[in-house]
Amino acid sequence: MGSATESKYHEGVTLPAPKLRLANLTRRFILRRRPVDALAGVSLDVASGEFLAIVGPSGCGKTTLLRIVAGLETATGGEIEIRREPGSTRPLNAMVFQQESVFPWMSVRDNAAFGLKARHIPRRERYALVQPILETAGLKGFEDALPYQLSGGMKQRVALARAFANDPEILLMDEPFAALDEQTKLILQAELLRIWEASGKTVLYVTHSIDEAITLADRILVMSARPGRVKDLIDVASIFPRPRDVAAVKSSPRYGELFGRIWGQLRDEVLAAAQEHDAA
Amino acid sequence: MTRKHVNRIIAVATPILLLAAWELAARTNAIDTRFFSSPSAIFEEFFSMARSGALWTHTEASLVRVLVGFAIGTIVGVVLGLAIGLFPTAAAIFEPLVNATFPIPKVGLLPLVIILFGLGEASKYAIIAIAVVYLVLINTVSGVRTIDRIYLDVGRNYHAGKLMMFTDVALPGALPMIMAGMKISMGVSLIIIVTAESLAAKSGIGYLIWTSWQVFEVEKMYVGLFVSAILGFGLALLLDWTERLLVPWKRR
Repeated sequence: MGSATESKYHEGVTLPAPKLRLANLTRRFILRRRPVDALAGVSLDVASGEFLAIVGPSGCGKTTLLRIVAGLETATGGEIEIRREPGSTRPLNAMVFQQESVFPWMSVRDNAAFGLKARHIPRRERYALVQPILETAGLKGFEDALPYQLSGGMKQRVALARAFANDPEILLMDEPFAALDEQTKLILQAELLRIWEASGKTVLYVTHSIDEAITLADRILVMSARPGRVKDLIDVASIFPRPRDVAAVKSSPRYGELFGRIWGQLRDEVLAAAQEHDAA
Repeated sequence: MTRKHVNRIIAVATPILLLAAWELAARTNAIDTRFFSSPSAIFEEFFSMARSGALWTHTEASLVRVLVGFAIGTIVGVVLGLAIGLFPTAAAIFEPLVNATFPIPKVGLLPLVIILFGLGEASKYAIIAIAVVYLVLINTVSGVRTIDRIYLDVGRNYHAGKLMMFTDVALPGALPMIMAGMKISMGVSLIIIVTAESLAAKSGIGYLIWTSWQVFEVEKMYVGLFVSAILGFGLALLLDWTERLLVPWKRR
């Protein structure tokens, strides 16, 4: 990447605590021959089983951060460590994308079993592994359907099932419900919470919705406008303990307080980003 | 009666009226029946040729040539197209050659093909395969190159191996475009085979059309034209059916 400090991606190092550690992660693009910093030194520890939401103004590099952890992009500098249980063969991560990402040419079952197939698990075995996850995801009876026969919400359920079925160390979600209508979003948020609470997975969840972050997350990472930095880390778990009821959270007075605090931080950043955009 | 009904009646009535006008013109000698014959005489000839088996002999000859050449061309076109679309080295080797030779009218290659493959069936398979390869290959390449990035990202994120990226992502992703290429090349195959048979064959629909014209048996020539139309229609239906089977997710 032409930088003095090459990034390091430590695959499955065995360490005590945290599940995921980002140390001074940077990412620089070259745009019209000028360097543009997308990430300017993001450091972060995510505990095992933690649900961490990342919010920030658009263009702040939150998706870039997620794609770097997913191994789809490389960092310019800094380190990523994902801790793996000794002897574990589980994949390090699985990503749920914002766009429609289920393969149109595969049945719901084959889509969900895609990661298992990539790991060379025989057909019979992977179908058996996937079945309970499909049922949990509300896809029972649709196993042989093709995606074009499903609604947008159902397709996103398939994408979730595909990620959970792969049983990764960390789940990465990039605004998975952003393209859905409001009602479907509410239902899927509640179901995600239910599935996640049963699975004990570590989740990194990028969203532009403050509401979604408060509803779902243990902690919220607020990012600054570009170049992305950690602006604040907010502990939600101590305010809204688990198991959590989505409707109860939203109607609590603490919800409004929290929303106000995060919006206060984001507003300045959004305005700053808008000004830079106008200047450019 | 709605507008839709009226249009349907017009659609069916137009060819019938044209045939009737042709028949009338022939019977009143308004047209020269030595060249243009009449629908009734042509249908009479059609049934007589069908009874004698001559019609099937020619049809079968053309059909086998088209199907064999088409199959060879499609397989080579898809494999090469996937390779060019996926691997830059394959693209560097083949793409300039393909682009440089694509504009050559494939029928123009017939003399060369006959020198290489002889006057028998092999040269017919070859000339059709050559024409089909180009069209299927070009469509396959653009099919692979226009696969939505998200599917490649999913493949990489789940660490799908090279073979699985090929069979589970690139091939099915390019399949709608491949099918489009196959449909175009089926039409082209028929044009090529009729031309090739007129020039260098002792059987087939093209041979039937051309020799009938040379010996002034115009009814037989028209039967040949009629059969080639039916053949084209039938093969197009076969491909539509194949597409529904292979690409069920494509919205119609």
